[in-house]
Amino acid sequence: MGLILLLVIWLITFASAYFFIAKTWWLPTGASAAAAGIDHHFAVTFVLMGIVFVAAQLILGFLAWKYREQKNSRPARYMHGNNTMEVTWTILTFILFVGLNWASEPIWGSERFRAADSRAVQVEVTGMQFQWYFRYPGPDGKFGATKPELVDPSAGGEGALGLDPNDTASKDDVVTGTMFVPVNREVEVILKAHDVIHSFFVPAMRFKQDAVPGLAIRLHFTPITTGDYEIACAELCGLGHYRMHGILKVVSEEEFGTWLAAREAEKQ
Amino acid sequence: MATGEFAFHETHAHAAPRSFIRKWVFSLDHKVIGLQYYFLALTAVFVGMLLSLLMRIHLIWPNVSLPLLGELKPETYLSLLTMHGTIMVFFVLTTAPQGGFGNYFLPIQIGAADMAFPVLNMLSFWVTFLAFLVLLAAFFVTGGAPLHGWTGYAPLSALPSAGPGQGAGADLWIISIALFCLGALMSALNFITTTLDMRAKGMSLMRLPLTCWAWFITAILGLLAFGVLFAAGILLLLDRDVGTSFFVPLVIVNGQIAGHRGGSPLLWQHLFWFFGHPEVYIAILPAMGLCSQLVSVFSRKPIFGYRAMVYAMLSIGVLGFMVWGHHMFMSGISPYSAFAFSVMTMAIGVPSAIKTFNWLGTLWGGRIRFTPPMLFAIGFVSLFVTGGISGPFLAQPVLDIPLHETYFVIAHFHLIMGVASIFGIFAATYYWFPKMFGRMMNDRLAKLHFWISFVGTYAVFMPMHYYGMAAGLRRYSQSTDVAYMHSLLPLQKFITFAAFVTIAGQFIFLFNLFWSMKAGKKATDNPWEATTLEWTTATPPPHDNFGGHTPVVHNGPYEYSVPGAPRDYVMQTDPRTMEVGHKA
Repeated sequence: MGLILLLVIWLITFASAYFFIAKTWWLPTGASAAAAGIDHHFAVTFVLMGIVFVAAQLILGFLAWKYREQKNSRPARYMHGNNTMEVTWTILTFILFVGLNWASEPIWGSERFRAADSRAVQVEVTGMQFQWYFRYPGPDGKFGATKPELVDPSAGGEGALGLDPNDTASKDDVVTGTMFVPVNREVEVILKAHDVIHSFFVPAMRFKQDAVPGLAIRLHFTPITTGDYEIACAELCGLGHYRMHGILKVVSEEEFGTWLAAREAEKQ
Repeated sequence: MATGEFAFHETHAHAAPRSFIRKWVFSLDHKVIGLQYYFLALTAVFVGMLLSLLMRIHLIWPNVSLPLLGELKPETYLSLLTMHGTIMVFFVLTTAPQGGFGNYFLPIQIGAADMAFPVLNMLSFWVTFLAFLVLLAAFFVTGGAPLHGWTGYAPLSALPSAGPGQGAGADLWIISIALFCLGALMSALNFITTTLDMRAKGMSLMRLPLTCWAWFITAILGLLAFGVLFAAGILLLLDRDVGTSFFVPLVIVNGQIAGHRGGSPLLWQHLFWFFGHPEVYIAILPAMGLCSQLVSVFSRKPIFGYRAMVYAMLSIGVLGFMVWGHHMFMSGISPYSAFAFSVMTMAIGVPSAIKTFNWLGTLWGGRIRFTPPMLFAIGFVSLFVTGGISGPFLAQPVLDIPLHETYFVIAHFHLIMGVASIFGIFAATYYWFPKMFGRMMNDRLAKLHFWISFVGTYAVFMPMHYYGMAAGLRRYSQSTDVAYMHSLLPLQKFITFAAFVTIAGQFIFLFNLFWSMKAGKKATDNPWEATTLEWTTATPPPHDNFGGHTPVVHNGPYEYSVPGAPRDYVMQTDPRTMEVGHKA
């Protein structure tokens, strides 16, 4: 029985580790400035925790086999522990766990401890059951006022956000269902939600943040590769949660300018 | 302690009840109440498992028509996951290890005749039972069961208009949780008082079996955590039905302005997780205590580092109240407080690691007997390591950016608080069944059950890590609408097939349990050759546990293979080996 246990535990360990090491499934390819740092820290954590995982399982299987009761096996050792060992592994685990955490602090800080660059493209992202809307402030750089009583989701676009047509700042606001941003420029996202909590998740950008009713949450990221990226809602928001989906298009600076100008022209 | 003994004589001076109702239904006997909790949890776990089976089927065949139920709608899937989570967390993981085995064995292991407050004990069970009925009723009201998940995040949980099931179903869900909190609070008071006041002569705190320490610390966590959840539930009910705005700001649902102003959705999350994180330890601590017990008994060796084990559990209890923010890294809390919560969370990994080292240390140099309870205890250690190792990923906010709300989280908590605790429950069942029912469970069936459960658990939950790393999101009723997730469908299929086999294996356990009650081999009073007090009394124990006398304790709980002792174990009540035994 000890031998079977050893074999099963070891086999499970090797099989599990194989798919991690072979990277059969892994984080999606990163396309933002922060992705490299996050992925590197993920890899560091992965290697350290992987060693702990494999070592602990192998030792467990080995001990179960080695100290199985047999007819001629020696009596168990009468011992109550070892304080030196207790202190040693307590300190080592503490250093490992808390050290890992401190190492991640600068990455987290660069993501969340500083405000967005003043040159950043501002996009207001609003979640509602079960749709994302993206609003650009237009040439005046100001988002126009919205009013709850004007909100009409069936109207889509500006109507869904409840844009107040009487506010001069709202005249040049552009509202879309697909998010366009220029490559290599910081994007400041202003996250809002109308009804329940949603979460704006762009796996390739390593960007995830809840959109909470009553709050306007500002965060930033910098896309570094052009392309189309999927946006998925990452907070349970109701029966249509699974289809609350969108596309982020990262395009060149010129294309972005052309696209925005065309939307402005449509609006006038 | 004198008052404790006095109280016990007062309560138990009467003879055992004779009528069926007083003996088996409204019983004051902690052993009967323990069994009642156990069978409530057993019913709940099979209901919860059935719900997960339906979810697994829907995930890979969203359009399949099921017998009786037809084609499952996305909202039905969400109801299933809400009820699965609620049933499993509250009515299984909280109910069986503490309410079931704790109730039955805490008084016996400390040498008491009953819990400190038998009437309160009966009341806590029946309130919990009522809570379960109220929860199940949510399936049968208009709109069905709620779809807001077991965490019930506001405003989704607070707005009847936010989706089907958010009407009467959500009200019933909250009422059920609130009732459960009341039951858990009464039970916590009882456990704490019993442990502090009812211990037999000689049963010092440092001679308590680690199971008792675990139940004691769990009860303290319960006392502090369930009160907060109860209050939060009442506030949520007020938001829903009276029009207050604790958790709901101005929101517009389907173009309609709901009449709330200025509430904070994050407040619900703070209150919920202030309960919710300690709840994880409420589920796992009893299993830790039991596993320590079993590893020592079946290695025929004293537990490695008894005091370290106690201090580790105490620090888990204290730190457990300082880490709730790690559930909220992406919620909009301050990034600075996120980092502080992260440091505390990484620190709580230390006592968990200490426990693992000590279990391995106990095996080392032992003489291991592979009985069914021991197999499940070793399985527990393996799952605890595997589930624990993904913790440091999720505990770091930077890594939580890609992993939060993905299947990586599902894998993590199912392994560590779900299946590891369930393995604790299985181990406890196989270990204490002879004492509770006077018969042994079938050994071959038990081992078959172990191998299917152990391999099956890994087959089900290991792939969820891969799915989560590839950004596969949880709470998606189907992956058809997101291209990258749809490409991961083969993983989901594998998981579902693995779940079929694992679930089928659980019926072996169910069969063994009931078959052995009737036809199992007769058990002796101490079939495992263990040292703690429950093995000194008759099988099953008499109404007052020790048949009219109170045991006196002379030794620590883990005196195995003591050099010079006549057998390889020394009972806690055995006075002869005071000289050689470990003096705690």
